[in-house]
Amino acid sequence: MQHGLNYDVAHMLAGGLVLVSFMMLYQVRLSSLLRVFAAHAVVLALSVAWQAYVQGAPHLFVTAAIALLFKALVIPVALNRIIVRLGIYREIETVFGIGLAMLVGMGLVALSMALMLRVTAEATPLAREDLAFALSVVLLGLMMMVTRRNAVSQVVAFMSLENGLILAAAGAQGMPLVVEISVAFSVLIAFIVIGIFLFRIRERFDTVNVQALDSFRGERS
Amino acid sequence: MTPVDIGLGSVVLLLALVPVGIVGGRRAAATPLLYTAAALISLLALANALGALLQAGEPSVIVLPLGLPWLGGHFRLDAVSAFFLAVINLGGVAASIYALGYGRHEQAPHRVLPFYPAFLAAMNLVLMADDAFAFLLCWELMSLASWGLVMAHHHHHDNARAGFIYLMMASFGTLSLLLAFGLMAGAEGDYAFAAIRAAGHSPGVAALALGLALLGTGSKAGLVPVHVWLPLAHPAAPSHVSALMSGVMTKVAVYGFVRIVFDLLGTTTWWGAMVVLALGGVTAVMGVLYALVQNDLKRLLAYSSVENVGIIFIGLGLALAFRTNAMPWAAALALTAAMLHVFNHSLFKSLLFFGAGAVLTATGRRDMEELGGLIHRMPKTSFAFLVGSVAISALPPLNGFVSEWMTFQAVLLSPSLPQWGLKVLIPAVGCLLALAAALAAACFVRAFGIAFLGRPRSQAAAEAAEVDGFSLAAMFGLALLCLLAGILPGLVIDSLAPVATILVHDRMPEQLGIPWLSIVPIAASRSSYNGLLVFLFIIMSSSLAAFVIHRLASKAVRRGPAWDCGTPDADPATQYSAGGFSQPLRRVFGTFVFLARERVHMPQPGDARPAVFHVRLLDPVWSAVYGRLGRAVDLTAGRFNKFQTLTIRGYLSLVFLSLVTLLTGLAIWL
Repeated sequence: MQHGLNYDVAHMLAGGLVLVSFMMLYQVRLSSLLRVFAAHAVVLALSVAWQAYVQGAPHLFVTAAIALLFKALVIPVALNRIIVRLGIYREIETVFGIGLAMLVGMGLVALSMALMLRVTAEATPLAREDLAFALSVVLLGLMMMVTRRNAVSQVVAFMSLENGLILAAAGAQGMPLVVEISVAFSVLIAFIVIGIFLFRIRERFDTVNVQALDSFRGERS
Repeated sequence: MTPVDIGLGSVVLLLALVPVGIVGGRRAAATPLLYTAAALISLLALANALGALLQAGEPSVIVLPLGLPWLGGHFRLDAVSAFFLAVINLGGVAASIYALGYGRHEQAPHRVLPFYPAFLAAMNLVLMADDAFAFLLCWELMSLASWGLVMAHHHHHDNARAGFIYLMMASFGTLSLLLAFGLMAGAEGDYAFAAIRAAGHSPGVAALALGLALLGTGSKAGLVPVHVWLPLAHPAAPSHVSALMSGVMTKVAVYGFVRIVFDLLGTTTWWGAMVVLALGGVTAVMGVLYALVQNDLKRLLAYSSVENVGIIFIGLGLALAFRTNAMPWAAALALTAAMLHVFNHSLFKSLLFFGAGAVLTATGRRDMEELGGLIHRMPKTSFAFLVGSVAISALPPLNGFVSEWMTFQAVLLSPSLPQWGLKVLIPAVGCLLALAAALAAACFVRAFGIAFLGRPRSQAAAEAAEVDGFSLAAMFGLALLCLLAGILPGLVIDSLAPVATILVHDRMPEQLGIPWLSIVPIAASRSSYNGLLVFLFIIMSSSLAAFVIHRLASKAVRRGPAWDCGTPDADPATQYSAGGFSQPLRRVFGTFVFLARERVHMPQPGDARPAVFHVRLLDPVWSAVYGRLGRAVDLTAGRFNKFQTLTIRGYLSLVFLSLVTLLTGLAIWL
């Protein structure tokens, strides 16, 4: 029964991550998007911690701690400060309808389920579910990057995509700690670079809407 | 030391000359030093190859810790390699000796010297390679080294274009060979030739590999329609390199085909043989027709190489047809004929390119319309060129006749083949071969007659001087070999026996034991040929005729002005011109082969402008194949151009959509 419980909890947490990804899809205000992103990271940290407990791999606790510290606290707080300073705190952006985004998202989840469950027929059930959900999170993050226009929300989308990767890495047993730490730090550095860029873009174009960049290049929007 | 050790040793020595060429390329002393060394090393490799061929012992093998870690570098020297090595290195010796003289006039020796030994070394390596990786690597090295030589005079726009087209076609050929080897190695991917040879190949794989090998090696050998680079690139290189590329490198390509199709592939089909035969026949006729209408002496020779490669491939196709139908004795005849032509062509094509190079040195001209009368100014070069012309025109008693005659003997065996396709095709190919042989004779009558006979058509031709001793020695050496191979063909045929035994599991009957040094391909009752007797008869009858004429008529030798048409000191343009000589044949074949259009512009009476006669010749292969290909590539590139300048979101969407599409495809496929 213990095994059953392990599986159920892992399943629930990974499923929860997908669910939070869906929540991010329909957030039109940046402030609420950041809060949902923080929740996303918390769920991720829980999920990784549970994996660490189940697999008996203490180094995964470090990964969970990094996720909790940086993704759930440092980055959302910093991004929040950025949007406050940029004055786009209440900005609303919609690219295409929430209903349509939800439908496409469901299709992506169905696709990754159909694919991963078949590809990983020999793996343990825990890893199978984990990988399928991780792929869903990655695809949803990618879709969000495509559909958003605001540079800040694209950064958030990128971070959520990266959360999916960490979920997959935690599910796959035997990932060395060094790799996870370096991934976490590279994300942090990416965040810093992107943050600097955000201000530069803003300085130059008076907006962080990437459409402005396109029109600056002489493209039609 | 086994033969393969010595062969690889000579390659190492040749490669050691490359730094010498790079460092000392601009110094005057480097040219004779490097070419002397190259001649000596090639001589060593030649002796080694001949020894291996005549001993006909077990193949010598060596595995070096080079190349792919799990494969190693396999090298092997069997009778087939030995024969081709002998051909290559004989050409290498002759070209190096010739270059001792010719290379002095080189304006940019630092662009030639580093590549020359690398080119020789790479050709040697290809012949000894015994795994696909080593083979392709050396093949590419050979292409690149010869590309460097083609680009030696890169300031000419034509040469730069030739180099570009050559590079494209060489990459295409290597790609085809890569795919062919990939197919033959199968799913396990063991690229050693021994493993490929041992593995059985399904008919589909064998047919596909045959087609790819034909494309890959044919593009190097100059098979129509992948010949287009050859007449551009071969003449662009310095003449001794042209001789090597035309006379020798095309043979490396033939070796590649023989090695893959006869040795590695094992299973063959009769319709595969039909493809080879048809391509060979078309190549022979197209090549010589192109050659007939060229005015550039070196380009004419290059097109003539295309023709000869066609003849060789006809022989190979016949051998393939007979081998498939379990007629090894006939296959041995056809294969020996092809190999003999490989040897012969390397001799006389090198000789002719040396002659063209000598003319270029003496006059600075390649256009035949500006030459003429050189027989008085350069009698020795003219004689050597004449011998080469007679040999390539397949006239007895020289060597070209023997191999083409033997190919015809094999053609005549075709009625005993069971398949109707072959029964119908082979006589047709025989007709093409006969046509090509006759046109080749016309082509070289034209080349020799216009360039060397008559009166000089330009100041440069009138002031030409005989070339140096090294060049003449190389030419006369090859001319002597042409004669010897023509009157003693049995010697060459017998030494080819181990090659035929390996490739078609049978050999031609022993020739040296036959009285009077005749050669008898199948049985004395069918046909036999005796070059020595023909030679003696020609000598005796012509001496007798000269004697009788001088005895009975006049002893005086009379010399009159050539082509003066009764009006002394007329303009040399009143002579028969190269364009005029080929006009009847151009009219017969040109309208459909070259889409030739002649336009005469006659000024009105009273108009002082000269009349203009203009001929437009198009290579149908260019317009039909390469023109369309180029346009298709351009169109596709134009369509894809907009992907160069997408927005960030556009790229992201592209990544997202392609990812989802691929995943969906995978989900459906699994």
